[in-house]
Amino acid sequence: METATSRVPSFADEITNEMYATGTRGLNCCIQCATCSAACPAVEFMDHTPRRLIAMINAGLRDEVLDSNSYWTCASCYACSEACPKGIKPSDLMYVLKRYSIWKNRYRSDLVGPEFSRLFVRTIARTGKSYEPGYAPAFIFEGGVKGMFREMQFGMKLLAKGRIPLLPSRIKRTENFRKMLSRIIPLDGIA
Amino acid sequence: MKTYAYFPGCSAETVSASYHLSAVETGAKLGVAFKEIEDWNCCGATPYTNIDELLANTLCARNLAIAERDHLDVVAPCNACYKNLYHANEHLKQDADLAEHLNFALEADELHYDGTLNVRHLIHVFVDDVGLDAVKKQVKHPLKGVKVAPYYGCQLVRPDRHDGYDPAGPRYFEDLLAAIGATPVGYPYRLRCCGASLMVANRRAALAMVRDLLRSAVQVQADVIATACPLCQLNLEAYQGDVNREFGTDYRVPVVYFTQLMGLAMGIAQKKLGIGTELIPPQKVLECVARKPAAAETSKTAKASHP
Repeated sequence: METATSRVPSFADEITNEMYATGTRGLNCCIQCATCSAACPAVEFMDHTPRRLIAMINAGLRDEVLDSNSYWTCASCYACSEACPKGIKPSDLMYVLKRYSIWKNRYRSDLVGPEFSRLFVRTIARTGKSYEPGYAPAFIFEGGVKGMFREMQFGMKLLAKGRIPLLPSRIKRTENFRKMLSRIIPLDGIA
Repeated sequence: MKTYAYFPGCSAETVSASYHLSAVETGAKLGVAFKEIEDWNCCGATPYTNIDELLANTLCARNLAIAERDHLDVVAPCNACYKNLYHANEHLKQDADLAEHLNFALEADELHYDGTLNVRHLIHVFVDDVGLDAVKKQVKHPLKGVKVAPYYGCQLVRPDRHDGYDPAGPRYFEDLLAAIGATPVGYPYRLRCCGASLMVANRRAALAMVRDLLRSAVQVQADVIATACPLCQLNLEAYQGDVNREFGTDYRVPVVYFTQLMGLAMGIAQKKLGIGTELIPPQKVLECVARKPAAAETSKTAKASHP
């Protein structure tokens, strides 16, 4: 008689599975050469370098990884992915961690990235197009009233040059558009 | 006249209207027409991929499907739009399951994508489809003596691009600038990131990235930085004040679109190119263009007086 062996996938398994799903190699083949960290233009602002983050995932340090700012400090410039000698795409890893942290609702509360991403996705799901002044709440979140004031001053400079319209633009077929999106993912969660 | 399906991107209606204007004007001079994709929607930028990859691809698929009704290849002037549309297109062509899934969603807007199109970046259209020889022929005011730092940015060249361009050492931006008479200057940060949406998500990191780029361009005495992306332009130009405040620097480098430089060199009226909406005027370029016709007149008079 056969016995089904089952085990709960580890954090490293979950992340590596996600990476395979997006079409990049998993983290198990990382040789810790740190080429990714050297290529990263934002590395000095990360709690942990990309190399270290990979080592931490492989070591199962789930909480430490999710509580770091590293993956929300990735600008998606793909320099690491072009450079990795093992064909891992660390920039895709950062995307995977961002999505994972949103799904699990588990990220550092002082970061702007998650809230901004949600706001952006919501805006597009409603109007089909992006409108910069609509993201002001993300700035309030980041810099308080001072941050809001700073952004207003910044906006006024662009407004004076006619580079910010007063009203957001939207696509014509918004109803169909929302129906289309809801065939992929239930919209009540995001918009 | 060769026609493309044109994807302006959201910023064309806001911060980068001058890019949009100058692209259409220079294109018309060079025999290229850009037909705006009917009822196009946002490409998803990076936040959609932060939340859901499938949803991000769906946004792009809708634009591709609308363009396919006209059987026209898609052109995007923005690096991020180009990257998203390019990869969504590749995925849809290579992955039949994904195509079936996304086409089910597209049905809700009475659309279907068969995967017959190519996605191009605007600068590639000018460099390759139009060609540098044709560009040279249209130049009336060569930007002689103007040192231009070509800024590719990241998503124009990365990642996994099979568009035939060298991701590590591209030269076409330099070649294009030389074709309009300018002097392209070499600097190490031409492929480095401008900070992109980190300007929202991590302000200090993005400002440091902009600072590094400006320093790199200033070190080689660039008169102006040329970009091929609205987000690069915005970050590099509009945040210079913030950079100076944050790091005690004193940068004031004009940042314009390559299409504006092309248009000026071709003698198109400044207003039609959106010149005047920048926060830091490209003084050197404007002086050069203003000087040119006068110089031509003097030489004509000189010739006339010595027959």
